[in-house]
Amino acid sequence: MIEINNIHKGFNGKTVIDNVSAVLETGKCNLIIGASGSGKTVLMKCLVGLFEPDEGEVLYDGESITSMNEDGRKQLRQQIGMLFQGSALFDSMTVEQNVMFPLDMFTNLNQKQKLEKVNQVLARVNLTAANQKFPSEISGGMKKRVGIARAIVLNPKFLFCDEPNSGLDPKTSLVIDKLIKEITIEFGMTTVVNTHDMNSVMEIGDKIIFMHEGHKEWEGSNKDIIFSKNQELNKFIFASEFLQDAKEMRMMEAKGKISEDRRSPS
Amino acid sequence: MDFFTHFGRYLLMIKGMFTKPENMRLYWKELMHQCNEIGVRSIGIVVIISVFLGAVTTVQTAYQLITPLIPKTVIAVIVRDNIILELAPTLICVVLAGVVGSRIASELGNMRISEQIDALEIMGINTKAYLIMPKIVAALLVVPCLVVLAAVLGIWGGKVAGGLSGILPAEIYNDGLLEDFIPYNVFFALSKTYTYSFIISSIPAYYGYHVQGGSLEIGRAGTKSVIVSCILILLADYALAALLL
Repeated sequence: MIEINNIHKGFNGKTVIDNVSAVLETGKCNLIIGASGSGKTVLMKCLVGLFEPDEGEVLYDGESITSMNEDGRKQLRQQIGMLFQGSALFDSMTVEQNVMFPLDMFTNLNQKQKLEKVNQVLARVNLTAANQKFPSEISGGMKKRVGIARAIVLNPKFLFCDEPNSGLDPKTSLVIDKLIKEITIEFGMTTVVNTHDMNSVMEIGDKIIFMHEGHKEWEGSNKDIIFSKNQELNKFIFASEFLQDAKEMRMMEAKGKISEDRRSPS
Repeated sequence: MDFFTHFGRYLLMIKGMFTKPENMRLYWKELMHQCNEIGVRSIGIVVIISVFLGAVTTVQTAYQLITPLIPKTVIAVIVRDNIILELAPTLICVVLAGVVGSRIASELGNMRISEQIDALEIMGINTKAYLIMPKIVAALLVVPCLVVLAAVLGIWGGKVAGGLSGILPAEIYNDGLLEDFIPYNVFFALSKTYTYSFIISSIPAYYGYHVQGGSLEIGRAGTKSVIVSCILILLADYALAALLL
């Protein structure tokens, strides 16, 4: 579990994150959503310790990363996996070497054991024939899957995904979402996903935090987001007429279901 | 940003490199990789420049000393001392500041922009130690070798040019090379080379590591790092000459 307590972060006198608190639960996909510039990425970077918050603290299973020394952070970071927006694969390494890198750095496994582990993780992300390819030779969706494989190869307790669907077509986005959801449950991880993709929100959002202009505007799950009366959230979600229509249909369906439920016992 | 901010961040970067390596084997592998990148890949340009440098120095020195009062061996003495004291260490390092410096700055800048450095940090790796330290150590190991090679080839180039143009027979050139040789000059040249090696690896690493923005900034960081490295090389050149000679 990750607890965020009153985080505040600014750059050059401009507040980017303003007094945000939340609890990110274990075994669930916790989504941070919001429009571009709402502070999602800065919040995530504060969570993983890439940015130091000006105020507040982040607790990983009760331990504050903000007050940890360098060694403590190093230990903690070995329990963190992260998928970056652009995948952040090492250009000079093959897919296999990319995934093997954390094992090379932090384990004493022999080459055979490392290779077995790499193949196992690559198979888990449905990527079996790309071991010897370089990042420049694979598609965006494959890069994301390699990024996920590298993030989970050390069996982390916490997985962070920064805009996992950016630059991907809707079909591949669904595959990545499904994969994130599956491995979250399978590994019992605390997963935090930054996104503004509403498909992801509805698909995997066990818990959703909506950020607006640097502060937490709304919190809930994918079941109640569509019925929320929060104006900013509705503006964000139903930015298109299509989605507005979809919302009305969902609400009509829901009303119909409620009246049907009321009728059935009588 | 002012000079002191840059200087402070540079010092913090250097200080940040000195931590216990997470995995010695991978650090060694990275060091060997950098020795290859900085040293082996620069051999070609160093060979070409140094041979012609020696050749041109011989021809131009002969042109300026065309009087029967001065023995021809003096040409070889001047070529030798010029190459050992100044041309091989300084000029080769200025060239390497361009070749190696821009490569280091763009490599690290690209890693920064594409979040590869963040990815390493998230894994719990000290990126200053893993990415910058091997580059500096590799430069300290291989650049002096390149400068020694440049000095040897420069002197040889002078001999070839003297012979081919008929200015100076090889025997007289060889005699001149042995005349009034001061071994301290070699020590001085190597002292300069170690200083320059540190400059041409750490300054581009600083600019590349701290790139912010997009691909345009990577190019700017490369250019800036070459300019600053060249200026610092010239300043260090004067300071060391004033101190050690």
